[in-house]
Amino acid sequence: MTQVVLFNVFNGLIVGAFYALMALGLSLILNLSGVINFAHGGFLALGAYLAFTLIPYIGFWGALIVAPLLTSALGLVIERLLIRPLYGGDPLYGLLLTFGLAYIFEDVTRFIWGAQSLPFQLPAWLTTSLSSQFFFITGYRVFMIVIVVAAVGGLFAALNYTRLGMRIRAGTRDLDTVSTLGVNVRVLRSLNFGIGIYMAGLAGVLAAGLLGLSPTIGANLIMPSFVAIIVGGLGSLLGTLLGGLMIGVASGLAAVYFPSATEAVIYVMMGLVLLVRPRGLLGEEGRLH
Amino acid sequence: MANANPRLLNRRRLVKSGLALAGARFAGPFVISTRAAEAVRIGLDNPLTGPLASLGKNELIGCQMAIDEIDAKGGVLGRPVELVVEDSTSGDAGTAVMKARKLIGGDRVDFLLGNTNSALSLAMAEVSNEERILHIVPGGHTDAVTGASCHWNVFRVCSTTQMEANAVADALIKAYGKKFYYITFDYAFGHTLEAGLIKAATALGGTRVGGDLVPLGTSDYSSYLIKAQAANPDVILFLIGGDDMTNALKQAVQFGLDKKVRLAGAQQELEPLEGLPPEARIGTWVMEWYWNQPGAPHVAEFVEAVKKRAGRVPTARNWFGYVSAWTCALAAAKANSLKALDMAKALQDFHLPPEIALGPNPAFYRAGQNQLLASLFVGEAQAEGSAPDDLFKVTKVVDGAKAAGTLEESGCKMTWPT
Amino acid sequence: MSPTRLRPFDAAVLILLLFMPFWMGAIGGYTELATRIVVMGLAAMSLNFLLGFTGVLSFGHAAYFGLGAYGAAMGIKYLGLGTIPAVALGVAVATLAAMAIGALIVRRRGVYFAMVTIAFGQVFYFLAFRWNAVTGGDDGLSGWHRLPINFGFATLDIFGNDKAFYYFALVVFAVCVAAMAVLLNSPFGRSLTAIRENERRARFLGVPVEFHIWLSFVISCLFVSVAGALYALLNNFTDPRALRFDLSGNLVIMAVLGGMRFFWGPLIGAAIFVALQDYVSSHTENWMSVIGLVFVLVVRFFPRGVLGMLRSGAKA
Repeated sequence: MTQVVLFNVFNGLIVGAFYALMALGLSLILNLSGVINFAHGGFLALGAYLAFTLIPYIGFWGALIVAPLLTSALGLVIERLLIRPLYGGDPLYGLLLTFGLAYIFEDVTRFIWGAQSLPFQLPAWLTTSLSSQFFFITGYRVFMIVIVVAAVGGLFAALNYTRLGMRIRAGTRDLDTVSTLGVNVRVLRSLNFGIGIYMAGLAGVLAAGLLGLSPTIGANLIMPSFVAIIVGGLGSLLGTLLGGLMIGVASGLAAVYFPSATEAVIYVMMGLVLLVRPRGLLGEEGRLH
Repeated sequence: MANANPRLLNRRRLVKSGLALAGARFAGPFVISTRAAEAVRIGLDNPLTGPLASLGKNELIGCQMAIDEIDAKGGVLGRPVELVVEDSTSGDAGTAVMKARKLIGGDRVDFLLGNTNSALSLAMAEVSNEERILHIVPGGHTDAVTGASCHWNVFRVCSTTQMEANAVADALIKAYGKKFYYITFDYAFGHTLEAGLIKAATALGGTRVGGDLVPLGTSDYSSYLIKAQAANPDVILFLIGGDDMTNALKQAVQFGLDKKVRLAGAQQELEPLEGLPPEARIGTWVMEWYWNQPGAPHVAEFVEAVKKRAGRVPTARNWFGYVSAWTCALAAAKANSLKALDMAKALQDFHLPPEIALGPNPAFYRAGQNQLLASLFVGEAQAEGSAPDDLFKVTKVVDGAKAAGTLEESGCKMTWPT
Repeated sequence: MSPTRLRPFDAAVLILLLFMPFWMGAIGGYTELATRIVVMGLAAMSLNFLLGFTGVLSFGHAAYFGLGAYGAAMGIKYLGLGTIPAVALGVAVATLAAMAIGALIVRRRGVYFAMVTIAFGQVFYFLAFRWNAVTGGDDGLSGWHRLPINFGFATLDIFGNDKAFYYFALVVFAVCVAAMAVLLNSPFGRSLTAIRENERRARFLGVPVEFHIWLSFVISCLFVSVAGALYALLNNFTDPRALRFDLSGNLVIMAVLGGMRFFWGPLIGAAIFVALQDYVSSHTENWMSVIGLVFVLVVRFFPRGVLGMLRSGAKA
């Protein structure tokens, strides 16, 4: 039994890392621009489908690099055309717009690639287990962890050691002052959005290897991202990371003791956090109320 | 006011014309065949969007093929047939019910077909029963449709979960052992499937060493697979479907579980198998219909016809749709009437002709239950068989009539209007 | 800005509603569509009590809509209640939930409040989904239907007769809408508007802001649950989809499409949205893109909604 529990905790961390990747992109956009990007799941799905289409031409590794970039490019276009005019306005409009975009994304992916689930082929050496004892540690899951660590590490490094990153962090605290200091806030927001979408696209490529590839793949993953942000605390990327990991582990434990509740448990966690510490684990007081 | 902001005026005009459009005549929905004043209409209320879209659309293709054949053979009671299609969505009962009412009340269909989603089938059955329309359910599996919630006007083509359980339990125990672990969808479909399998397996000496009820739409099956492996079973049964089936099998193979334990289940379909990478197409399953039946009469023609129309081999869903539409025509022909009551009576113990049954055993609607009993194909999934789309190797064909329990056990107590 | 009510406009709306089953057929609609418009209109107007008039965004109203639906359905199926007691049961359940949840979240605002309402909405969705034995799980709650109402002196057959049910729903709609109008025109309603316009100033003026928002939330959820109960009765069925966030999103877009600042705005929005969705989904599989496009166009070009534009057009 302990073995099952341990395995599930460890596996939960792996799954949680994946949730964290997706939630981080969402959090990045939310913190700087105040937009709840309901279409995040749609971008994830798009990243996955683009990878699927590109693999026959540039192989899995090529697709891993190119698909998120393409997705991010589309994200930049959408940001410039549709989302930019909404900044500073009622958050309602951002939510509604991205909600509508989510519908469109699902329909367009179904239209282009069909409703049928598509077989996503991974390189063979990735899909085998590393050991018989710890069979759930497959090459692919390790690979996922590596990618997530690299992406998250890269993100935190960029935020802390580059000028762009510094501006984003400053902008999250006080965008007006940043603007007064001569930073082009519009470009800053666009780039920030682009980075967030890049992470969604990357999460999509990873997801396709793990799950089946169908037009509704994004819809199931967006809710855990929200919960990760609420649990971890708005305004804190580290919080979101922690939130994602905690959700993964909670689900894993629930699977052991209370299987019917593996999905509901994350909402229970959210409820508890809201009761006990409303701003989230690492959230900042007063941040976006 | 004339020189007010011109942009604003243009927007107003746009809105006004938009309102006019919204209030304009709602023209008729999809019309597939030729429209004639006295055409017989079959209404299909099935998912064309959402997670069940691929299944729903395949059923639609089957219906369309049947309609074309029916028309070519003179139609229904000498009248041309028309298929009217509405998207029920994959899960919104409100929409499914509203579309059903639209088809019955607005388009005045003579028959109602649908739904892929069990819950929506039940909801639509209430409407069809209230309106006294003949209703054929092509692919909604919950047992209640021809069980506890059966109605005189509602017929079903696909099997009940009990039938599937009975068909496959035998094969599993004989070949692989007695200790079963169940990973089951946590709703009626899964519950009845598991109950059916437990019953069938116990009768043959099987035991349940453990199990998990999993929520529909689970992306990650790793925790359940970890638990399953720890219980040390002979067979892990995946009583799930659709994308969940794809996820679970993919992950199980990545874990190398297929090398330690037998992976199997009950219901399987081509659609989820096609979504799997070839190395994950494994396991013992039962399909309700399979295209590769060498030497069977009529089947090859059906396969060719679907290939020409859809560019792929037929799946069980195509067959469900095909049978459903044809059942309408045959019922009307036998009853010589389009009255639901007459046709329903005509369908009691009605046998499908071989070119529609497309299987080795006789296919008939059991009287008092309105459930089609045909053939069940037990076999193994395979990466590739005689052709790239031959993903299933049939090892045994079970007679549906034998796999079904008694009428009593189904729980259906049918009442007829006077 | 007080809830805008143009007297002739009110009359026009009421007359259109009164005769909808009749003119609906003439333009190719059908009675159930009309009833659905009334039910969704009520839901959207209830949401707008909170959104448009108090200025608080909830994206999780589907939860209370669904609770109303399940309460009524379970009342009829398991307790054998009559129609009106069943609706009352649904409303009671939803309102109690709203009171509890409202208390938890009332200190949050803006984006955070919206996200939290989404998440709580999902909790109820999962409850309905998981609690199979009681709610029927994913299969939904079926095997029951609305019963004719016996008033003692007469029986209203709302089961066999679609038009009868339409008028029943319309009466319920009228009662709720009248109640909302009265509330909005009362001092309480005015203080809600004050909160919407400038919360800090309202607080300085001594308005108990949190309590008012909580109360507005509860009232809004109460009326939305009435709509939910009617919806269950309309379909003779309810399932977990009635609780999902897509429905919440649709209600918000209906309110915005018609005009958030206007009393009848959400009803107009609901009529357009429901009719459009029905029409488009009959003609193309890609109706989701069309609906998504509606969301995008409304936000980008018509944020004040139909009535907002007509009004400013009239003013110009």
